[in-house]
Amino acid sequence: MALGPLRLYTRYVGLSFRSQMQYRASFLMFSFGHFLVTGLEFIGFLLLFKRFGQIQGWTLPQMGLFYGIISVAFAFTEALQRGFDVFPNLIKGGDFDRVLLRPRSPTLQLMGQEFQLMRIGRFTQGLVVLIWSANRLDVHWNAANLMLLFFALAGGVCLFSGLFVLQATMCFWTTESLEIVNCTTYGGVEAAQFPVTIYRPWFRSIFTFIIPLATINYFPLHAILQLDDPLGSSRMFQWLSPLAGLLFLILCLQCWRLGVTKYTSTGS
Amino acid sequence: MKKYLAVLRSRFQTLLQYRTAALAGIGTQLFFGLVRMMIYDGFFRSSTQSQPMTSEQTVTYIWLGQALLLLALFDVDKEVAALIRSGNVAYELTKPADLYAMWFARAFSGRAAPLLMRSSPIFVIAGLFFGLRAPASFTAGFLFVISAFVALLLSASMVVLITTTLLWTISGQGISRLAPVLIFFFSGIVIPLPFFPDRIQRFVDFLPSRGLIDTPLRIYVGHLGRDAALVAMAHQFVWVLILLLIGRWVLSRGLRKLVIQGG
Repeated sequence: MALGPLRLYTRYVGLSFRSQMQYRASFLMFSFGHFLVTGLEFIGFLLLFKRFGQIQGWTLPQMGLFYGIISVAFAFTEALQRGFDVFPNLIKGGDFDRVLLRPRSPTLQLMGQEFQLMRIGRFTQGLVVLIWSANRLDVHWNAANLMLLFFALAGGVCLFSGLFVLQATMCFWTTESLEIVNCTTYGGVEAAQFPVTIYRPWFRSIFTFIIPLATINYFPLHAILQLDDPLGSSRMFQWLSPLAGLLFLILCLQCWRLGVTKYTSTGS
Repeated sequence: MKKYLAVLRSRFQTLLQYRTAALAGIGTQLFFGLVRMMIYDGFFRSSTQSQPMTSEQTVTYIWLGQALLLLALFDVDKEVAALIRSGNVAYELTKPADLYAMWFARAFSGRAAPLLMRSSPIFVIAGLFFGLRAPASFTAGFLFVISAFVALLLSASMVVLITTTLLWTISGQGISRLAPVLIFFFSGIVIPLPFFPDRIQRFVDFLPSRGLIDTPLRIYVGHLGRDAALVAMAHQFVWVLILLLIGRWVLSRGLRKLVIQGG
């Protein structure tokens, strides 16, 4: 009997876990490496805050929330969407044909390719910063605030997933992977660690309207921190803004479907 | 000497073919440069405390860092790593050449070719539009060029040394993964070294990683005067010599324990 999509996905993930655990030392090393890389990056920010005190009125713990949300959401997405990340190889080798031949949705199969455990390095590092900041701030972490935080994280995972899907979709046309798209993922992570208001207006617009990263930390955090937004958003909007991540993902998946129908094999 | 130059040249020419990769790199680095520039701008605008570098110096430092990023962002030499893993490194020993010199020549062109392709466009674009300034003086510009070249030697010597450690840890983990991360952090790319806490400034100044990015950049922006620049360059140069010697020694140790399985 055929498994339901969710059961099938859990089966995939289970298999992926088991195979990664075959190389335990390698897994530990990679995870630690990720932890170290992002940890040192954060220390860089710490040092800057030590020198400058604040950035446009934002303190270190406040920025830690921006940073934590982005890091945790991105690390989780990297683990989740590894299949889309390595999609160019699938296209180049002509292996996508096999995926299409199976009677299950290609999206599900790609997501099930691998759940990359070693991303736990960045994930933990982001989580540590998030929890530390949350404790340092004078915020009452009631159910509503926690829910909004979770909502923001979920929006972030959707948004970054959308970017990964979009990056994979482009391969249908280019066959090659386009490294430049990394600007939107890794670059987006870098940029969104700070409030969008510190950037020039044109740059800010990109991350508000085109790749709406501001909707997963900038707007919701104004609601959580009870601050007035200089950009003039209302509380209502701040509460609903993480939905933009979901909308973004839906749009990207539409593009993906279009790409799949257009797909011609490299034949190799 | 001729044969090593031949290795260097042929590798250089091969690497110059990777133009698309260079283009992508340029795009990415311009983006990161812009983000960094605006972040530092934000910091400088909201603080009245005196800082170890001026805002203009910092912006120039950041752009030069992006232009020369490849000096500090490195990995093991992938082809040599593959040789070591497959055991084909034995063939390298049959060649009538000094292995260290050959690997060094490879590493040098592996750094220099992509660097050359990426740095000049970033230099021009950042210079025209994003606040990268000319060198502080003629002397500063002149010393910068020399110092950047020594940084290239330093970078290559680190690549060879780290690649050589693979003779012990075949899987490519351990030192060869962690060292590049630490070197990157202490090179000045993540944040300019003068912004590090005063207390550890001397420690940071002692490390070889400073010679990759921070030394040439501080000379360029005039943060190091002529005399200080010469001292910093001597520091850079001494580290190149030390790393060359250590690299040679480690390689000969590694080869001594190499057992060829025949077949």
